[in-house]
Amino acid sequence: MSDSLVAPPDRSKRRRFRGIADKLGILGIFIVSAMILMAVFAPWIAPYDPTERVGRPFQTPSAEHLLGTNDVGQDLLSELIFGARVSLTVGLVAALVAFIIGTTVGVLAGYYPKRIGTVLMRTVDVVLILPFLPLLIVLAAYLGRSLINTILVIGILIWAAPARVIRSQVLSLRSREYVLAAQTMGAPDRWAIWRHVLPRTALLATSTFVRAVSTAILLEAALSFLGLGDPIQKSWGSMLFWAQTRGAFLTPAWKWWVLPPGIMIMLASLGFAFIAFAVEERINPRL
Amino acid sequence: MTPASSVGLTDAESSVADRRRVESDEALLQIEDLRVSFEGRDETVHAVNGVSLAVKRGEVFAVVGESGSGKSVSMLSVMGLLESPPARISGSIVFNGIELTTLSRRQMKSIRGSEIGMVFQDPMSSLNPVHPVGKQIAESVLLHRDVSRKAAKARALDLLDRVGIPDAGKRADDFPHEFSGGMRQRAMVAMALACDPKLLIADEPTTALDVTVQRQIVTLVNELQAESNMAVIWITHDLGVVAEIADRVAVMYAGRLMETGTADSIYSSTRHPYTSGLLRSIPRLDTPLVERLPEIPGSPPHVTTLLASCPFHQRCPLGESGCTDSLPELEDTGKGTMTACIHHRAMDAPGSIWPIEELSRSDDKSSELRHLVAIEGLKVHFPISRGGFRRKRLAVRAVDGIDLDIHSGKTVGIVGESGSGKSTLGRTLVGLETPTEGSILIDGKPLDTSSGAHRRRVQMVFQDPYSSMNPGQKVFEIVSEPMRIHKIGTPDQHHQRVAELLQMVGLRPDVIDRYPHEFSGGQRQRIAIARALAADPEVVVCDEPVSALDVSVQAQIINLLRDIQKRTDLALVFIAHDLSVVRQISDEMNVMYLGQVVERASRDDIFDNPLHPYTRALLAAVPVPDPHGKEARLSPPLEGDLPNPADPPTGCRFHTRCPVAVPGLCSEKVPEFREVAPGRWASCHLIEEGDKPILKIQKRETEEENNEPTQDEETNQ
Repeated sequence: MSDSLVAPPDRSKRRRFRGIADKLGILGIFIVSAMILMAVFAPWIAPYDPTERVGRPFQTPSAEHLLGTNDVGQDLLSELIFGARVSLTVGLVAALVAFIIGTTVGVLAGYYPKRIGTVLMRTVDVVLILPFLPLLIVLAAYLGRSLINTILVIGILIWAAPARVIRSQVLSLRSREYVLAAQTMGAPDRWAIWRHVLPRTALLATSTFVRAVSTAILLEAALSFLGLGDPIQKSWGSMLFWAQTRGAFLTPAWKWWVLPPGIMIMLASLGFAFIAFAVEERINPRL
Repeated sequence: MTPASSVGLTDAESSVADRRRVESDEALLQIEDLRVSFEGRDETVHAVNGVSLAVKRGEVFAVVGESGSGKSVSMLSVMGLLESPPARISGSIVFNGIELTTLSRRQMKSIRGSEIGMVFQDPMSSLNPVHPVGKQIAESVLLHRDVSRKAAKARALDLLDRVGIPDAGKRADDFPHEFSGGMRQRAMVAMALACDPKLLIADEPTTALDVTVQRQIVTLVNELQAESNMAVIWITHDLGVVAEIADRVAVMYAGRLMETGTADSIYSSTRHPYTSGLLRSIPRLDTPLVERLPEIPGSPPHVTTLLASCPFHQRCPLGESGCTDSLPELEDTGKGTMTACIHHRAMDAPGSIWPIEELSRSDDKSSELRHLVAIEGLKVHFPISRGGFRRKRLAVRAVDGIDLDIHSGKTVGIVGESGSGKSTLGRTLVGLETPTEGSILIDGKPLDTSSGAHRRRVQMVFQDPYSSMNPGQKVFEIVSEPMRIHKIGTPDQHHQRVAELLQMVGLRPDVIDRYPHEFSGGQRQRIAIARALAADPEVVVCDEPVSALDVSVQAQIINLLRDIQKRTDLALVFIAHDLSVVRQISDEMNVMYLGQVVERASRDDIFDNPLHPYTRALLAAVPVPDPHGKEARLSPPLEGDLPNPADPPTGCRFHTRCPVAVPGLCSEKVPEFREVAPGRWASCHLIEEGDKPILKIQKRETEEENNEPTQDEETNQ
């Protein structure tokens, strides 16, 4: 007599979903670490110096130049490998800028929801509704083409979304009894923030950071493709820019000049997005 | 398939089985060897381990147990509300001749609601917030009966009227949030009764309510049950309520029945150490005060392997090697109870195994009484804005003019219903709220909400030991936090002090590297107390420190607080809704109503001779854990709910609910909070001053007509 009373509802669904998230996360870590290794060891992996003219211009792929050469005779494969340095640096540092601004704003707005919070969140709203790409172009054009400027412009534009997520978390944390308990003990606000709020926000902040990296890589590619990237250091985006200006999109050269950087951009962005997805799934399995 | 098939049947057991067969003719619900386990990722929790019981038609059957005793789980499985998996259910549940365990989901649905009604603990989460209450009741009629919408609506009104909702016709269109807690629970009862069920299962229906409202619900269910002759299963942890309502009682522990019997025999001649321990360890109003409450050591177990021995033996004073040999089955004791204890024959005077220390208040500290905190004219108002364009400036007057003195080594008890402002008072004292008016001075220096060294002197113990600690911190970090905040001592001294404190609150010092989730509720509250004491405070505010704990653990915490106070000269502010708990620990009592203190006196005075009608009503509402105690009551239960604290009644704030209010006087003139006798303060027009002050009790008839309209007013918040 061991019949169950209720027909089994499907609980395994969520678990399976989480299993997928974990697998994607591992895949993401694999992609990202491969990219980072490639960027770090670029001088050893790349067959040529990407800034040197090592062959005739517009060569098709051959044993010497696996992806051919560009309009001035630089090796495209080497450009691709060195491009990882620029793309990843911009992605990571811009996301870091966004992470710092976003966390600060989010924590302050969440912990002091009345005056400071209102002002900060209205600022967030403004940043969120700004037309993204046009502003990016204007800012980049106005500030000039350099790596630092690219990083700053992207960082300044993408901090608002993380700030919102973090604020909502802090808002709920500040009314937890252990935060109140710290207040009754006579702790100043910064104590409560450093000891109780920040540690419990860290995981969430990490996931927003990883997600921001993914966004930042895409934005960098977009900026560079429009010719607003650093002219000295070529990223994958600027490879596409040059491919476009030299007409590679319309010739058979797209297969070795356009496709590889495009795939790299997609992989890098996807890798970080997978990691962020897996982390979020861990924090909040009901997402 | 018999309950005892795994164990050899003894004579006593087979006679039990015989008796059950005889009874089963009239049994409405018959549960045989019910077992429920939950399979988790790491472990299997055995929630119910072989429960057999029978509920007769028309009786009130109480299932008593602490958290984790399996009382709710077993009744949820009766209703078919357990999800499986993860739950695994075996055994047999026969209701009205139908085997419930083999029914399909749909068949179960038709029984649930129409044959078996349910009332849950939290009425707010059981009612749908976006539908009017009347409509929700009508829905449940429509679901099970083939009637027109109109007839269902009429039935809903009828039911609301029957459960005592004033002006049911009007209130039926209100939404759940417009109802007070007590009225919501009444509405839930109405919904459960919608189809005249044969059995009503009430799962902790009064736990979330105030004592006064609890009394109303208990009375209501009693009346309804007598009218309709339905059976009621009342699940609770509160032995007091059980004595008020139950015909028969089953005591559960660790998923096993420990004892069953009539309410009388359980209370007067229990043969189980656990039942007698529970009965002894709850503080009571009807017995003399004791020095220390008898404690049941330890905390309820978490059963992850199949039980092979008495689950209570580790906490039992009679526990010996024999207890671990086999799992005791229920045996007839010949004293009206069926008891699962191998010692039941030896227990002639079951109470004696839990010794009581007589009260010895020789260590009177009045000589060294030091005035610590002075609260003067304290008001804490919370502004609320309502309406879109014509905003009215309203404020919830949570605390509305309170003077209070706190002395070292003494305990100030604060009691009142929820909404009386007692918690706000405590929170203001520890700097979580800013006073709107008035002052709080400690040694003449103001105690404001800013952070800093002055806050060290007043610390707090919160109600819920689960949420008051950062789950990511270790015990050392938690307990040493006040010292680190105020930069007292070096890290080495912190370790030493934390070890001392842990020992003081009865924990082993080597737990400092553990996380809070590894502890039980009682142990966590001990950690919280250690934390409150870490920075050597002079005043500790305890806001309902035991109300989230298991009954058997409450006594441990109360005793601990008293012991600490005796040793350290600490002043305690003890806030609670449970008068019997406050009585056990307090020196001075303050009764609060709508943000004001209505009566203040020493503990003995207030319990021996309560003056204010509100104090009397509160005392009368406390359930007495003795089935014979029902008759001896001071005054009738309090009616209605707490008025809206944003718009308190004119005159005496209590006059809308006061059984002795004098129209024209109490509703007009604000009574002064005056000293009616040396050391006794009260605010009531009807108290005669003097050495032996008394309450002049008026005839009730005079204000009968006055009472009706005020009820509307107070519920139309």
